[in-house]
Amino acid sequence: MSEIFRRFARNRPALVGVGVLLAVAALALLAPALYPQSPFEMVGKPFEPPLASTLLGTDQLGRDVTAAVAHGARVTLLIGLVATFIAILLGATLGGIAGYFGGWVDTLLMRLTEIFQTIPFFLFAILLVAVLTPSVGSVVFAIAVVSWPPMARLVRSEFLSMRNREFVQACVGMGMGHWRIILRHILPNSLSAIIVTGSLMVATAILIESGLSFLGLTDPNVMSWGFIIGSGRTVLPTAWWVIVMPGIAILLTVMAINLVGEGLNDALNPRLRHL
Amino acid sequence: MALPVVVVDSLTVDLPPQGERPHAVEDICLELRANEILCVVGESGSGKSILARSIMGLFPSPQVRASAGRVLLNGENLLAASPARMREVRGTRVAMIFQEPMTALNPVLSIGRQIEEVIEVHGAAAPAQRRRRVLDILAAVHLPDPERIAHAYPHQLSGGQRQRAMIAMALVLGPQCLIADEPTTALDVTTQAQILKLIREVQRDRGTAVMFITHDFGVVTEIADRIAVMQSGRLVELGEAQQVLGAPAHPYTRALLQAVPGLRPPPARADFHARPTLLAVDSLHKSFRSGGRLFGGGVRVVHAVKQVTLCIRQGETLGVVGESGSGKSTLARCVSRLVEPDAGKIMVGATDFTALSGGALRAFRKKMQLVFQDPYGSLDPRQKVGAMIAEGPLLHGEDPGRARARAAELLELVGLDARAAGRYPHEFSGGQRQRIGIARALALEPDLLIADEPVSALDVSVQAQVLRLLADIRDRLGLTMLFITHDLRVAAQVCDTIAVMRAGEIVEQGPAGRIFAAPRHPYTRELFAAVPGQHWTAGTAPPDPSPVG
Repeated sequence: MSEIFRRFARNRPALVGVGVLLAVAALALLAPALYPQSPFEMVGKPFEPPLASTLLGTDQLGRDVTAAVAHGARVTLLIGLVATFIAILLGATLGGIAGYFGGWVDTLLMRLTEIFQTIPFFLFAILLVAVLTPSVGSVVFAIAVVSWPPMARLVRSEFLSMRNREFVQACVGMGMGHWRIILRHILPNSLSAIIVTGSLMVATAILIESGLSFLGLTDPNVMSWGFIIGSGRTVLPTAWWVIVMPGIAILLTVMAINLVGEGLNDALNPRLRHL
Repeated sequence: MALPVVVVDSLTVDLPPQGERPHAVEDICLELRANEILCVVGESGSGKSILARSIMGLFPSPQVRASAGRVLLNGENLLAASPARMREVRGTRVAMIFQEPMTALNPVLSIGRQIEEVIEVHGAAAPAQRRRRVLDILAAVHLPDPERIAHAYPHQLSGGQRQRAMIAMALVLGPQCLIADEPTTALDVTTQAQILKLIREVQRDRGTAVMFITHDFGVVTEIADRIAVMQSGRLVELGEAQQVLGAPAHPYTRALLQAVPGLRPPPARADFHARPTLLAVDSLHKSFRSGGRLFGGGVRVVHAVKQVTLCIRQGETLGVVGESGSGKSTLARCVSRLVEPDAGKIMVGATDFTALSGGALRAFRKKMQLVFQDPYGSLDPRQKVGAMIAEGPLLHGEDPGRARARAAELLELVGLDARAAGRYPHEFSGGQRQRIGIARALALEPDLLIADEPVSALDVSVQAQVLRLLADIRDRLGLTMLFITHDLRVAAQVCDTIAVMRAGEIVEQGPAGRIFAAPRHPYTRELFAAVPGQHWTAGTAPPDPSPVG
């Protein structure tokens, strides 16, 4: 464990990523304290540029972009994390069952996965949110539904190769039941792959959420980064900052997550790195 | 005396700083003469492969590099040669053959094309002439129907044919020096015998200097003119084959030679005929299907185990020997029901093991435990050793305190410190891990121990220790064993009865003494004839130092 930590700590880009993520997380946590009023509140004149009366300027309705970005961090991160968590749970369960049991169970579950993968994921997410009426819950659901198939395929292949490893055979030979083998022996050995892929899935989830809210497919009472961009896109010629500030926030967060994900990959699978 | 082709002069190769030792090889001096086979022998990690690769200038990573010394090829220092010069030298002067011909050949190019490419990159000859040379060299390594082989792809050839093709590729430009890195280790014993004969033949015909890297003393006695023995990066002994094998000077060489198991089984331990039968396998059958697709298509059926009948009596060790693909491992997995047999019956004592299912099957499994081949893959890397050994007993309802105490006892029984319980598998060497695997199997106090190639992945000295341990535990606990191996020397050491398998069938079965002294089936005889170094036993010079068969 400390070995993994040391390897991770040697990776400078990953540390930068951690720093950025901590900053974003702090912003999200402190948003209610820093900006106690609702981000929908009008605080000044419309189209005030950054540093005039507020740090990042105001939008077409005179709302503070700074407050919006801070409160947006909360919503965006929350949606990204929860959706990814559900996707990992769903993908790992289905993929694990398919990989471990094989045979017709595997065939059935993999055909199901393929059906999901044949539909372009973003269109599918749009469709789901549109049908279920936009809300935080439906956005999370839609992101989870379009994100689990790659995780299922990954976990399946991990389990498939692990299934025939001799230590698993030894467990079967001892008279161990399936669930114990899966949870105590195979899952811990697949965890590093799941963590790495899962961390990168958070970045994708944030991008999907931003895309959806840009199209207006989001809860209109909840401020997320994508929502700010979506509502500000019509005023781009007069007030670039309304779009650029949350855009930078998305860029930094997604990049930081990718750096951390790669750092985790190098730390957890050191051998792959030296190939 | 022949002239030296390659002179290695106080060569030292560095390992990356965080490695287990600073140098892969240290201060090596030896010469390789024209028209001789120099065997470089050593256990894994002795640096023998690095030595071979430094002659080719092929280091496994940029951090591994020569830091001192010279490698002279006809007087030219190859360590100082430019990359362009090295490319020129490789293939034309020095060529190499590898252990695994399947991965050393490019799977998407035909054999003929790959050999032609060697001629092409060294800028020689018109296309027609190139093809002529390819066919000539394929004929020279005795590949049947060179025309057909030249058009074949690697996967269409057998292992032996692939290795012949590799040798042809290495020889096509007539190098003075051939480096063979464990070229027969991945091959079956009968194929190995043919390849050894071929290497000896091409070396004689062409006067090539051959450096032959191996860990197997049987192979050494068959092929070596001179022998270099390496131990953890250092050359400990170098001399004429007869002298090194007959009168080894260095204690390490003596220990290595002592560790090679003999081919003569010890006298029978007991007469097992009167004992009750513990395991009776009756017409066991298992086939595998592959290739079946959603919309039909050819289904290939491989009969891995065909109508196998055998019985093991209380306290007896039955050895199942055979080449790869003979179905011996599938047999072991069927008997333990890790793989479900298609047909047949397995009786353990008075219980029909094949009829059990669900909880009854899981409860019964403790009577049969397995020891696996791969010391790295057979232990859960994320589980501490103590927990691993105690897990089985806990599963079958043992009290946690007693299971832990038992795990500590077992670790001592297999020759490890009881404190090993708190460590993870990666902290142990291959031989120690195999001991842990044995302790785990013994924890459930099984009636039958199934050992699937338990010593095949180990170095010869470690192999001897683990075999002794197995025999010792068996005698102490009165264990019955089903012992799967491809190595007849190993089988001779531990087995009371031998069953010889070929293509899923048992062709001959009988007491070890009888089988080794007077094999009846032609295949058994062929198998025995192919064992390298069979006329040689530790401490004696081989009768004919360089046999050409």
